[in-house]
Amino acid sequence: MTLTTGMKTLAATALTIVALPLMAHAAGEGPQIERQKWSFAGFFGRFDQNQLQRGFQVYKESCAQCHGLSRIDFRNLVQPGGPVFNEDAVKGLAATYEVQDGPNDDGKMFKRPARLSDKIPPPYANEKEARSIHNGAYPPDLSLIARARGLEYHGSVFAHPFHLLKDMVAGYQEGGADYLYALLTGYVEKPADFKMVDGMNYNRAFPGHQISMPPPLLDGAIKTDGKPTYQDGTPATVEQMARDVVAFLSWAGDPKHDERKRMGLLVMLYLLITAVLLYFAKKRIWKSAH
Amino acid sequence: MSQHESTYKPGSRLEHWMDERLPLMRMMHGQFVDFPTPRNLNYLWTFGGILTFCLVVQIVTGIVLAMHYIPHAEMAFDSVEKIRRDVNYGWLIRNVHAVGASMFFFAVYIHMARGLYYGSYKAPREVLWILGVLLFLLMMATGFLGYTLPWGQMSFWGVTVITNLFSSLDSIIPGLGTKIVQWLWGGYSVSTVTLNRFFSLHYLLPFVIVGVVALHIWALHVVGQNNPTGLDIKTANDSVPMAPHAVAKDIFGLGVFVILFAWFVFFANPLVTPPHIVPEWYFLPFYAILRAIPSKLGGVIAMFSAILILVFIPWLDTSRVRSARYRPIFKWCLWFFFFSVLALGYLGGKPAEGVYVAWAQFFTVYYFAFFLLIMPIVGVMETPSAMPRSIAESVLGGSGRPTGAAAAPAKH
Repeated sequence: MTLTTGMKTLAATALTIVALPLMAHAAGEGPQIERQKWSFAGFFGRFDQNQLQRGFQVYKESCAQCHGLSRIDFRNLVQPGGPVFNEDAVKGLAATYEVQDGPNDDGKMFKRPARLSDKIPPPYANEKEARSIHNGAYPPDLSLIARARGLEYHGSVFAHPFHLLKDMVAGYQEGGADYLYALLTGYVEKPADFKMVDGMNYNRAFPGHQISMPPPLLDGAIKTDGKPTYQDGTPATVEQMARDVVAFLSWAGDPKHDERKRMGLLVMLYLLITAVLLYFAKKRIWKSAH
Repeated sequence: MSQHESTYKPGSRLEHWMDERLPLMRMMHGQFVDFPTPRNLNYLWTFGGILTFCLVVQIVTGIVLAMHYIPHAEMAFDSVEKIRRDVNYGWLIRNVHAVGASMFFFAVYIHMARGLYYGSYKAPREVLWILGVLLFLLMMATGFLGYTLPWGQMSFWGVTVITNLFSSLDSIIPGLGTKIVQWLWGGYSVSTVTLNRFFSLHYLLPFVIVGVVALHIWALHVVGQNNPTGLDIKTANDSVPMAPHAVAKDIFGLGVFVILFAWFVFFANPLVTPPHIVPEWYFLPFYAILRAIPSKLGGVIAMFSAILILVFIPWLDTSRVRSARYRPIFKWCLWFFFFSVLALGYLGGKPAEGVYVAWAQFFTVYYFAFFLLIMPIVGVMETPSAMPRSIAESVLGGSGRPTGAAAAPAKH
């Protein structure tokens, strides 16, 4: 019944959604997930540039081996509204990747270092290769993951419409981020009576609780001068890394987010003032008719 | 158009010259400036203008999107993402178009509910109403086609599920349904060919809508607007000229509507996957009816009947009183009908299992009973409550004359 299901589905269609969680969702087995506080939530929400920079580092250290980010070009890392890394640093980073180009004048394809205008190269040549490496599982591309996931409602049927309405009024859009954070921090000891399929991992946030992805964030994955902190001194705990990488992925799914909300504020202000003026104009015109 | 004469007076020589050759300005002036509108219209009557606005917004944003969209199975989704990420203000145009579709349906449902409540389908407005039902059908077709264009997972399932509805015809004539489905697909499976024709039709239908809207407005201006009392305009006192009165009200109504629109475009646009395959929210009541019937063919018939039955209500309703305001029994039946449609909408978004199906069946039965039983029977047995003698009396009280000298409507 939301007005925005259209938007949701349009965007959500994005990714290869693995059939298993989809079915588990359909059966209503998704566990309850707590909503988090995000700097980009709400009417005045903006991405925190430092957090996006940390998040990119986490992506690069802990996710990029298995998950692509195919809709992000290196240039996006420099643009306003994103992590806004130093342009030369990103040029240097891009140059560490090789991409195929060509054909050259001899009709041959060739390799060259990546440039700002190139996409971040994917970790696999194709889906088949990914599946053969990962025992049949396909690590999805993460460009739209924050928009392709959401929270399931767990309250009573009668309260549901009001719950939807409340979220519309509050402009809640962080369901994907909340889910991803719960997933990344959801690797806990499995209940003793829970039966696992071989090679799967227990996760309390994942629908059905069995996920092929091993815990991606480990203490000490990010170190600065031998200490488990980021370069800006923030302690790199699992929770912190999860928070940062989720913020980064939210940006990757919606790189125009800050621009949208900034413009939205002005548009709303303009429309509100206009509506008030229109109201008084109407009142004045109708004065003689009553 | 209507019997109403235009008071247009050409000013300049050019206007005179034009007026003798093509009296376009005379027509516009007569129909949209001094056209008499009932003086008691409430804000529910602003939705006609709002819907026209929605149509224009969809066409303008749609034309721009079509400049960047690629109707190919392998490239469609990427081109939509490119629009969001790389096209200048593409994110804005796409948001307006996608949210605009929802706002369009939101407005049309209010518009239709208004028509039901105040009896705008009754004589002499039957043709006006039927054209409206046709517009609703065209909107649904256009909305569905547009929803498939990003060609992601939801689009793909949407196409498969909806086109497959026709395969239920196999149970009447074996092979007929399958043939129709293949004909719709343009092949033996959903493919780029299917996407291409859907895109072509999605671009075509809005202009068909424009044409039918013109007829709808024409029919409206022949018979004149209904109003909350359901009474006809009898004296000059019952009406005010469209400009500036109705126009000022329409524009303020539109202004408020646009605020809501902008809220969804910029802020409340959650962009998350529904956990299971569901159609767009505006199809959900009909989707619930489809699934409430245990047989596939029966469900398809029920779903289409639920819309087509609207064509016949001018003759199903036996009451001569238009407005539900003066119909004590019908009024409550109608409110429960509105509730049923909302409930069906909610149930349509739930998995088709257990108690949800039972409730959907209950509300489906009421949906049809409302039109087929309540409308004819209540109309005969109900005693209408006291009505004002005129439109003017309903707003101005007692004498039906405006108070104060400034109020004399004669000067219009």
